[in-house]
Amino acid sequence: MASVEWKSSVVSAAGTDLHVTRGGEGQPVIILHRDIGTLDRLPFYDALAQNHEVVIPDHPGYGGSPRPEWVANVRDIALLQRALLGRLGLNQATLVGLGFGGWIAAEMATCAPSGTSRLVLVGAMGLKPPSGEILDQALVSYIEYVREGFHDVAAFERNYGKSLSTEQLVQWDLCREMSFRVAWKPYMYNDSLPYLLRGVQAESLIVWGDDDRIVPASVAALYAERLPHARRETIANAGHLVEMEQPEALARLIASFIAST
Amino acid sequence: MHLMYFTEQPMKDYPVEAGNDIGFTSLLMSNKHFDPVVGSRLYNEFLENYVYAEEMGVDGIMLNEHHNAPFCMQAKANVFASLLAGVTNRVKIVLLGNPLPLTDNPVRLAEELAMIDMVSKGRLVSGFVRGGGQEQLATNANPAYNRERFQEAHDLIVKAWTVPGPFRWEGKHFHQRVVNPWALPLQQPHPRIWIPGVISHETIVWAAKHGYPYIALNTSIEDTKKIWERYDAAAAEAGYTPGSENRGYLIRCHVAETEEAALASARQFLWMDGEFTGRLKPVWASPSGYFSPSSRESFVNFVAGQSASPSRPRKTFEQQVADLQIIAGTPKQVVASLRKIMQETRPGIMAFWGNDGRMSQTDARTSIRLLGQEVMPALRESAKELDLKSPFEANMPVSRAWAEAHRAEAAE
Repeated sequence: MASVEWKSSVVSAAGTDLHVTRGGEGQPVIILHRDIGTLDRLPFYDALAQNHEVVIPDHPGYGGSPRPEWVANVRDIALLQRALLGRLGLNQATLVGLGFGGWIAAEMATCAPSGTSRLVLVGAMGLKPPSGEILDQALVSYIEYVREGFHDVAAFERNYGKSLSTEQLVQWDLCREMSFRVAWKPYMYNDSLPYLLRGVQAESLIVWGDDDRIVPASVAALYAERLPHARRETIANAGHLVEMEQPEALARLIASFIAST
Repeated sequence: MHLMYFTEQPMKDYPVEAGNDIGFTSLLMSNKHFDPVVGSRLYNEFLENYVYAEEMGVDGIMLNEHHNAPFCMQAKANVFASLLAGVTNRVKIVLLGNPLPLTDNPVRLAEELAMIDMVSKGRLVSGFVRGGGQEQLATNANPAYNRERFQEAHDLIVKAWTVPGPFRWEGKHFHQRVVNPWALPLQQPHPRIWIPGVISHETIVWAAKHGYPYIALNTSIEDTKKIWERYDAAAAEAGYTPGSENRGYLIRCHVAETEEAALASARQFLWMDGEFTGRLKPVWASPSGYFSPSSRESFVNFVAGQSASPSRPRKTFEQQVADLQIIAGTPKQVVASLRKIMQETRPGIMAFWGNDGRMSQTDARTSIRLLGQEVMPALRESAKELDLKSPFEANMPVSRAWAEAHRAEAAE
C-alpha cells in the first residue's frame, strides 16, 4: 500500500471552525466520524485514500473542532457539515457515515435530497430500532462502550494500544458530552428521519458488521426499506466499529460501490 | 446556631445478597427487590422520628431526595416536606434540596414550595441542588446541561415567587407561555435558599455570589476550610463579608448512652461500603458534562476505573472517626468533638445525619433524644461563646439581589 500524505487545516463553515484532515487523490469521499470521535490515522483511511480523495472533518464539538454552544441537535451538525462541503466545493462527494456519523450523513442527504450522489451508512444510528435497542453509552464507561463495539476484543488493543492515556479518556469524555448535548433524548434517533429518507435520490449502501452489539441490524433493514436506491451488505467478523475491525474489507466494498454507481 | 436532624431514609431491609451478587446497589439494581410492605412501615417510622425530633428540641428537619436506590427512600423531598408542614408545629422544614435540573417545569416546583410554605406557616427553607450524577440518569435529565438547567430553573422560580404575574418565560431550557401561579410563599420576599454540596467549585462560587448559605456535606475539616476560603473570596468579589450565617455543615453523628454502643451503631454509616450514594459504577456518578470541566482529567480516570473518586476519598471507619467525619459517643464525647468542628470551621447551621443503614429504630430514637435534649443545648451554649449565628439569628437577607434592591429602595 502506498503511503498517504495527510494534511490538516481549519475551515470555517457558516462561521464555525471545523478541523479537517485530507489525503489521497481520486473521487472525493467524506468520512463522517463516530460519537467516540476518530483516531488521527486509521488503516481504513489509508486504504480508501489509495484511489480516492478522503476528507475527514471533525464534527463541531469533537476532536479538533471547538464546541459551538448553540449546536443543539444532530441536524445542526449535518447542516454545518453541508456548509463545509460547499466551502470545499465537494457537494457531490460520496458521504461515508460511521455509526453516529451515519446518522449525520443520513440527515445531510435529507437536507439535499437531490444533491447527494452516494451515501454509505455503516452501522448507522439515527432511526428508532424496530426491534432491539441502541446501546446506551451513558450506562457504561468509555472503555466498555468501545470494547462493546468490537466483535473480537483483540481489535481494541490493535487500534488503541495496550494502555490508554488520560488524553484519550479526556477525548472520549469530550465526545460523549457533545453527543449528550445533541442526542440525549430521544437517544440517538430522529423520529422524522424515516419519512424524509424517502426523498433521498442518492445511490445508497447500507453496511453492517455481522456482530454489531451497539446498533441492532433491524435499523439496517429500515434504512434499506426507506432509502429509494439502497443495497445492503454485511461484513463478517465485525462488530459496530467495522472500519477499525475489518478496514480492508470495508474499503474494498466502498470502492466497488463508487466504481459501479 | 441552627441545629437540624437528617436521615437518608435508608431502605434498610433490602436483600443485601442481591446487591452483593451484582456488585452495585443503585441505579440499575432491580426494584423487584423493593418491598412496599416494608416501605410502608419504614416511611411511617421515619415520620414518627421526625415528629419525635421536634419534641426533643431540634430546630429543623433536613430532607433530601434520591432515586433508584436503597440508600435513600425519598423520591420526592416535597412529599415529606408537605407531611411535616402538617404534622409539625415549630421546626424549620429544610429541603437540601430539590434537584432543579431534574424538573421540566420549575413553575410547578415553585407552586409546590409555596404551598408547603403556606401550610407550614412560613417554616420552609428551600434548598436547591444539581442532583447526583446517577439522578440525572434515573430521571433522564441531560447531564451535559445540568448546570445550565439548575441556574435557569432557579432564576425562574425566584422570579415566579417575587415578580407579579402573568409573565412569559422564554429561556434556553424552559419555556412558559404564562407564569402566574396562584400559590405564593408566605415568607417574604421568599423562603430562604440554602445550597448544599461537596466539592464543586462552581457551586460554591455561585452560592456565595447569590448570598446563599452553603452547606458542606460531611467534608473533612481541611476540605471544609478550603470551601470557606473559596466562598469567602467569591463573597468579597460580590462586595460583602460572609459570616457564620453563610456556613452550614452536615455531619454523620450517632449518640448513645455508652461509647461502645454508639460506635457499634455508627458503623452502619458505612453500610454501602462507605459510599454515600450506594455502591455504583463510577460512570453513573459522573456522567459526561456533569462534573466541572476544570476537573475533567481527574474525573475521566475515575470514570474509567483507573483512580479513586476525586470527591470522595475512601477512608476506614476508624480513620473517619479519628478525622471527625463520623461522630459517635456519649453526649459528652459528642459535644466535645462537635465543639472542635465548630471552633475550626465556624458554621451557623449544623445538620446531624442519623439513623443510617440498619440501625434499629430504638437506637435511632435514643440518638435523637440525646441529640435534642443533651447535645444540642450544650452546642447552643458553645455557639454563643463562639459567636456563631444562624441566618435567622443574624437576620441575614435572603439573597444579595434582594439586599441590593432593598438598599436601593431605602436610598430612594
